[in-house]
Amino acid sequence: MSRPSTHASNTASGSLWMYIVGFVISIALTVGALWLVLARQFSTGTLLTVILLLAILQIGVQMFFFMHITDSPRPQFNLWILGLGMFFTFVVIAGSVWIMSFGAQGY
Amino acid sequence: MSTFLPHFPATFIVTGDPLIYGAEVSIVLATVGILFVLTYFKKWRWLWREWLTTVDHKKISVMYLIAALLMFFRGGVDAMLMRTQLIRPNMSFLQAEHYNQIFTTHGTIMILFMAMPFIFAMFNIAVPLQIGARDVAFPYLNAVSFWLFFFAALLFNLSFVVGGSPDAGWVSYPPLAGLEFDRGPGENFYLLSLQITGIGSIATGINFMATILKMRAPGMTLMRMPLFSWSVLASSILIIFAFPALTVALALLLIDRLAGAHFFTMFQGGNPMMYINLFWIWGHPEVYIVILPAFGIFSEVVSTFSGKRIFGYSSMVASLMTISVISYVLWVHHFFTMGAGPGVNSFFAVATMCVGIPTGVKVFNWLFTMYRGRIRLTVPMLWAIAFIPIFAIGGATGVMLAAAPADYQYHNSFFLIAHFHQVLIGGTVFGMLAGMYYWWPKMFGYMLNERLGRWAFWLFNSGFYVTFFPQYLLGLMGMTRRMYTYPANMGWNTLNFISTMGAYVMGIGFIVLVMDVVYSIRFGERDVTGDPWNGRTLEWSLPSPAPHYNFARIPTVTSRDAWWTSKQERSRSDAPRKLEPLQPIHMPKSSGRPFIMSAIFFIGGFGLVFNWYALGFLALLGVLVSMLLRSLEYDTDYYVPVEEIEQTEAALGRA
Amino acid sequence: MTIAHGEFPVHGRSINHDAPLEYSLEEGALRIFGFWLFLATDLVLFACLFATYVVLHGAAAGGPTEAQLFDVPGFTAETLILLTSSFTGGLGTYAMHNGSRRGLITWMIITVLLGLSFIGLEVKEFVTYATHGAPLQRSAFLSAFFTLVGTHGCHVSLGILWMLSIIYQLARRGITPITARKVFIVGLYWHFLDIVWVFIFTVVYLNGVMS
Ligand code: HEM
Ligand SMILES: [Cu+2]
Repeated sequence: MSRPSTHASNTASGSLWMYIVGFVISIALTVGALWLVLARQFSTGTLLTVILLLAILQIGVQMFFFMHITDSPRPQFNLWILGLGMFFTFVVIAGSVWIMSFGAQGY
Repeated sequence: MSTFLPHFPATFIVTGDPLIYGAEVSIVLATVGILFVLTYFKKWRWLWREWLTTVDHKKISVMYLIAALLMFFRGGVDAMLMRTQLIRPNMSFLQAEHYNQIFTTHGTIMILFMAMPFIFAMFNIAVPLQIGARDVAFPYLNAVSFWLFFFAALLFNLSFVVGGSPDAGWVSYPPLAGLEFDRGPGENFYLLSLQITGIGSIATGINFMATILKMRAPGMTLMRMPLFSWSVLASSILIIFAFPALTVALALLLIDRLAGAHFFTMFQGGNPMMYINLFWIWGHPEVYIVILPAFGIFSEVVSTFSGKRIFGYSSMVASLMTISVISYVLWVHHFFTMGAGPGVNSFFAVATMCVGIPTGVKVFNWLFTMYRGRIRLTVPMLWAIAFIPIFAIGGATGVMLAAAPADYQYHNSFFLIAHFHQVLIGGTVFGMLAGMYYWWPKMFGYMLNERLGRWAFWLFNSGFYVTFFPQYLLGLMGMTRRMYTYPANMGWNTLNFISTMGAYVMGIGFIVLVMDVVYSIRFGERDVTGDPWNGRTLEWSLPSPAPHYNFARIPTVTSRDAWWTSKQERSRSDAPRKLEPLQPIHMPKSSGRPFIMSAIFFIGGFGLVFNWYALGFLALLGVLVSMLLRSLEYDTDYYVPVEEIEQTEAALGRA
Repeated sequence: MTIAHGEFPVHGRSINHDAPLEYSLEEGALRIFGFWLFLATDLVLFACLFATYVVLHGAAAGGPTEAQLFDVPGFTAETLILLTSSFTGGLGTYAMHNGSRRGLITWMIITVLLGLSFIGLEVKEFVTYATHGAPLQRSAFLSAFFTLVGTHGCHVSLGILWMLSIIYQLARRGITPITARKVFIVGLYWHFLDIVWVFIFTVVYLNGVMS
């Protein structure tokens, strides 16, 4: 299988615009989150959800625009592993919070 | 004294117990003896060139195996001491404090310094050969892993004579293991040595995942891969995702102890239960990390010695992968009694019971593979067959423990002890011993003696039942774990006596095993064919032991059980095989740096045990410098010329 | 061969001219993959630290709380600096793919400088806390805070040292498949740390000033 050449500046890792767009989005996401918090647009719970969502978007931006995950040779086992890692990350954090929340929970 | 000199605790060298004096004397004698032998036979250079600097996975495997057997011995001695103390009520063979130390070192050594190196020995010998690779993906890193493990084990065992052993159990829960209740350096030994070996294990997990996913021979698709390699993949997935949790749990406890933080203390908002949570995020997957490779070995052994393809290959693969994911979400079953709400306990109870399903699938597949097979009862096969009933019972008692409300009864009783020894010995240890007998000729070029092997097997296996069945009953009768003695009127006397007798039989079994090894070194039958078992997978296509580059020509794989297929094809046609011309082989160079860097880790760890921060800092610097030097090194590999390959192959009798 | 690219490499120096430079040696591709695996383990390491922080962050034990401690301009500056350094690091990779050694080295030096100023700000923040009644030993919250943020800081510091070593190697050897692989890997590391920081920014700082 042949893959597109990336020596020239015409593919995912190549285009300067990709980097600039990525940078702008990443700053926008950050400033947006900060603004939402300082301006207290929503209730605390909603706010937390929204800023977490913005942070998750930020993962996508870094991965796609800067880390060139789409560049890696097929089959892309690294994406599988990364997905698994994110799932386990979620399990560890959500699980710990849930488990350690006893006392708050009547039984 | 000036503050520049490190502070030596009063108990720097442990004193006061005849057992320990004995150990100290024997350590000194053994060290002197080893140094003498090495010098007398002028073996220093050989040791350095052939072993300490090697990056060859086959040699690393041998070193792991030796280390695992030695640690098995040390852990086994601990076990014998404990069982001796419990043989009768009110024994005073061991004092309470000493008993605590022994059960702590026993558990820690058996899991981290016996089971782990044992599985790594098997990873290393079999995986590259089975998948048709010349080495692992990162041979240098592989050496780093081994030496980190080695020096961590050294550090841990040093605590026995220097400073004092840890005594807060292999799980080391705070606040008991916190500074308020445990000032001694023993606990630091535990934390630092586990930290160091943990780094090595993570590196091994990464290494084998990369090897398996990226270095298979042409044509060996994932679904043609031998099941042992699949099991290593599953185990590696768990390693890379579970070990960081251990790293964090240990690091935080260490920060509590060294820097006065309050993660797990009883003051300033600390929460000891968070340690328990983190520990088992690693701890539960860990038991699967050590059992999955055993499953893989059983699959290889059962299929080879039944002369049949494994039954239900795809379901075997699916169950391995399912187990590796599910077993990550079970950890709470180790602390149902902590008091998390009913929602939490129910979820984890149900999840725990679910893991029995894929495990059951595997058991049936092994049985169906044997069904109507031409079974050869070799020693590896004996261990594999004996595993099945033991593991079935262990699984069943596991499901009993997983019923959260009932676990309030079983938890921390001898019932639990019996459960996990059932799965760990019957599963992991039997599996590793099966693997050892199976791959021994591949590692060393000669077979282990079958007669002695059978003796060892029967002693160990029957001793096992005698030891652990009484413990289930004792647990149900209320005997809790980690008690150093018990009153005479509890009705536990007979069962404890029987259990200890069983333990002695197992001990004798182990001795016979060692005798087998020693006997076979001299008299073992040479394996001249490279395929002594009439095997099915690629490692048997090579001479025993394999040349350092493994495959003169990388094979092209067209089916599962690749070696079996090619043997069949060869027997069908007499046409001489067309061989591709040899090519120079690209190989990594040996390096002394893994050894040196790990030794620096050891020194730093030792310093931190005694709060000598300067030493710790220097060591950190040393490690950074080693890494830098590695990064600046470009001349890391070489080519084996064709003539040399030809000569080696000819000497091995291969065209 | 009909086999998909990259699936069955053999130990060796076979060169794939179609791939980007850092992937052009089989070994390079292998190491990059290995580094992804390392990042996955590092992810879980941070997950555990985050879990600890989330569980313990309310436990101020009568000491300073998050809302009292965190300083919005300070952590915003740290965040913007780190995000920018991720961008400049990316520009370095871009220059590398265009074969410009000067560009690559320049961007890497800028990245290092940004990294250093990030570390400088963080150290200043830590020292301020520690000398104003909020050291690590004060409460479980502070233990968790210093450890989580400090672990990230250690990673960044290591990244700086690592980049310096690679800059040196680039200056000596130029852009080769090997140095290109090294640049690419340290880049992955750097962007990864950026992601972790975004979560520190969100979960620790923003959530802290919210409460
Ligand atoms: C069907 C499979 C299994 C189930 C349902 C199961 C269930 C359990 C449960 C519920 C506990 C905690 C009991 C308590 O602390 O009160 C436990 C403990 C344990 N299990 Fe299993 N288990 C299974 C398989 C295994 C395997 C395969 C291994 C190891 C190879 C293993 C090793 C252990 C260990 C070491 C402990 C105790 C650790 C300690 O407290 O020191 N288990 N098991
Ligand atoms: Cu478990």
